Amino acid sequence: MMPKSRGVKKALVIGSGGIVIAQAAEFDYSGSQCLKALKEEGVETILVNPNVATIQTSMKMADKVYLEPCTADVVEQIIKKEKPDGILLGFGGQTALNIGVQLARRGVFQREGVKVLGTSIKAIDVTEDRLLFKNAMEQSDVPIPKSDAAYSVNDALTIAAEVGYPVIVRTAYMLGGGGAGIAYNASQLKEIVEQALEWSIEHQVLVEQYLGNWKEIEFEVMRDYDDNTIIVAALENLDPMGIHTGDSIVVAPTQTLTNEEYQLLRSASIRVIRSVGIVGECNIQFALDPYSERYVAIEVNPRMSRSSALASKATGYPLAYIAAKLALGYNLPELSNKITGVTTACFEPALDYIVVKVPRWDFQKFPGQVNKFLGPMMKSVGEVMSIARSFEEAIQKAIRELDIGKIGLVGNEGDDDSESLEELKASLQHPTDERIFN
Amino acid sequence: MASKERIREAEKEAILVLEDGTAVKGIGFGSLNKTHGEVVFNTGMVGYTEALTDPSYHGQILIQTYPLIGNYGVSRRAFESDAPKVRGYVIHELCRNPSHWSMELTLDEWLEQSGIPGIEGVDTRMLTKKIRVNGTLLGLLVVREKGDLPNLEELKREVQQIPDPNQRTLAYEVATTHVKKYDATSDRTVVVVDCGVKSSIIKNIVERGFTAIQVPPTTSAAAILGMEPEAVILSNGPGDPKRCREVIETTSVLIQERIPVLGICLGSQIIGLSLTGDTYKLKFGHRGQNHPCLDVQTGRCYITSQNHGYVLDERTLEESGLRVTLTNANDGTVEGIEHKTLPVRAVQFHPEASPGPFDQNVYFDQFFADLLKNSWRAV
Repeated sequence: MMPKSRGVKKALVIGSGGIVIAQAAEFDYSGSQCLKALKEEGVETILVNPNVATIQTSMKMADKVYLEPCTADVVEQIIKKEKPDGILLGFGGQTALNIGVQLARRGVFQREGVKVLGTSIKAIDVTEDRLLFKNAMEQSDVPIPKSDAAYSVNDALTIAAEVGYPVIVRTAYMLGGGGAGIAYNASQLKEIVEQALEWSIEHQVLVEQYLGNWKEIEFEVMRDYDDNTIIVAALENLDPMGIHTGDSIVVAPTQTLTNEEYQLLRSASIRVIRSVGIVGECNIQFALDPYSERYVAIEVNPRMSRSSALASKATGYPLAYIAAKLALGYNLPELSNKITGVTTACFEPALDYIVVKVPRWDFQKFPGQVNKFLGPMMKSVGEVMSIARSFEEAIQKAIRELDIGKIGLVGNEGDDDSESLEELKASLQHPTDERIFN
Repeated sequence: MASKERIREAEKEAILVLEDGTAVKGIGFGSLNKTHGEVVFNTGMVGYTEALTDPSYHGQILIQTYPLIGNYGVSRRAFESDAPKVRGYVIHELCRNPSHWSMELTLDEWLEQSGIPGIEGVDTRMLTKKIRVNGTLLGLLVVREKGDLPNLEELKREVQQIPDPNQRTLAYEVATTHVKKYDATSDRTVVVVDCGVKSSIIKNIVERGFTAIQVPPTTSAAAILGMEPEAVILSNGPGDPKRCREVIETTSVLIQERIPVLGICLGSQIIGLSLTGDTYKLKFGHRGQNHPCLDVQTGRCYITSQNHGYVLDERTLEESGLRVTLTNANDGTVEGIEHKTLPVRAVQFHPEASPGPFDQNVYFDQFFADLLKNSWRAV
């Protein structure tokens, strides 16, 4: 058994800073839940977050709030001043995670005697460094897309020639898939990689096999120090691979997977989470071939994410709250299920309803030419979620909630305008924010 | 619930009447048929094909709490036996335009061919709550051509007359009547006493290199011993375990002969009964894929697949020589037992999953590893 960190008296929580695309209110929610869980355990809490327009910076949430920029330098100074004995990195999105990695590299945690609570820096590195990730996936017997890391445009071209076009370019340590793109030929690849290398703090990009029309499935997993592991939710993206999950319509639970496929991915996600060594909450994304049981793991987010906030609301399972307790050293069976009050937190919610999340874009707020095509880089600025007993009801409610002037999925002005089959096919192949109405 | 318009347009009508007087009308699917049985609910969100073909549902009308069923059609790959074993199927909404690469036919077509009636467009949440409060209820399900539904008052009278299927020996009705052999590469043999075995249990045996001999539940201990098995597996199955008197007697002989015995679901109850323990009926059973089980020694918790209405009474196990190894983290009921001195162990859940999580498939690994090492012998 791993040592429990119940001796923690003072803990630092890093927020996610300002609201930007791909990093919005979901992290206020997760940070607030975390603070609540820590307080319950009598832990003195310190929060770093300059965003005053959040719940977590309100009075009585944290014992002390630093309205300071979420950067490694600032957090280092706060650590020196406050001398916390623990730090939580999983509740402030990619920003908090990146700060944690940088501070660990500088040796700050070791020097100041700060324990990283929950998922370790080593585990975070495995999920962020593509080569370490590849090795971990091989160890867990989970396939990943054919790919390699490139440090220059020439590297990228060589890899793409081996993997075969089209390829997708991803950047390490980037939120919302920033700098990512799909290249169908060498000249497109050159352009994307040049920009992506500039964006990446590690000057590293990943060139990988593009899984354009595969199903995109996400699992939200919880694991404690004792290795108890549960799946809180499985989400299916209505939009296939190639469109950022933040820009996808997402449905919970999965709708098109057989038991065999579901369990295949469920078992794989548990193997992955164990081999990476996650403690707390994590999100794992898979691509599944729509015509066979072939699948690949795409990425692991070792933290609360947009999807975990969705999963939390969709199932009623307080993911961030429980994750914070796990970080302190509790195990799942000794925590209780906050909804029923009588059963254990070590269970998997069984829904008798369907949940649909629809993103909201605000392209019309930009004057002139805006690229409205959806791809691997997130463009939506918010989202709505609806719960219903049928898919039709759920999507209808969600579209109304969007407040974009649509009365629903159908029956809107212009819906009856005739469109040629070719036009329709094109708009499905190259979706925009209007795709659900096409 | 289905809109009045949908019911009006439907070709088949259906009605479900429960013994407490509850009656719900809906859209019919599957077979034009009339059936009765014990009405139970399952909370799994995937795996309807596996559930419908699970022989442990023999004699029961199954409600699915997840509201959208049939999305990926039906494929034989998912069968746990040759055909659907439920008496009737109650769902919120049937997918009539399923799509999946493995689909051979739609759920509607399959149930129609198999003579199983189904009702959709009903408030399954209301029905489930009713069962959670009152316990499992007997029910009557009728599917007819539109306009042909029988008189409701007659059905309400009729439902009072239907016999409780648990008064029958359901396991014997659904089990094999002759010996079947499933060969593996080695000549090492495990006998499966079939009380309604799921094919995944057989698969798990053969996959681990053992030949499986599936025998009828009334097979004598002498006949089983004559097959020279290295171990005997007592399968899952439907109904009241106390009615399986022959299996209980056989099991006590096998245990006395120090043959390693593994029980699964009903099999675990039979082991308890053969060693002076007692069973009782749960209010509404455990049927789903998310049941947490605690290892009483390590405190570890596992998510398991379950389908049972009866359970061992822990208080009756004191004299049995058995100890409880696993308990349900939600209601504390017995989930695993082992004998203190003899090679006997059992689980109330389904390590073969199908449907459900494979987290406890390691239970089979451990069992066969112990057999191969010959380490699992009387202490």
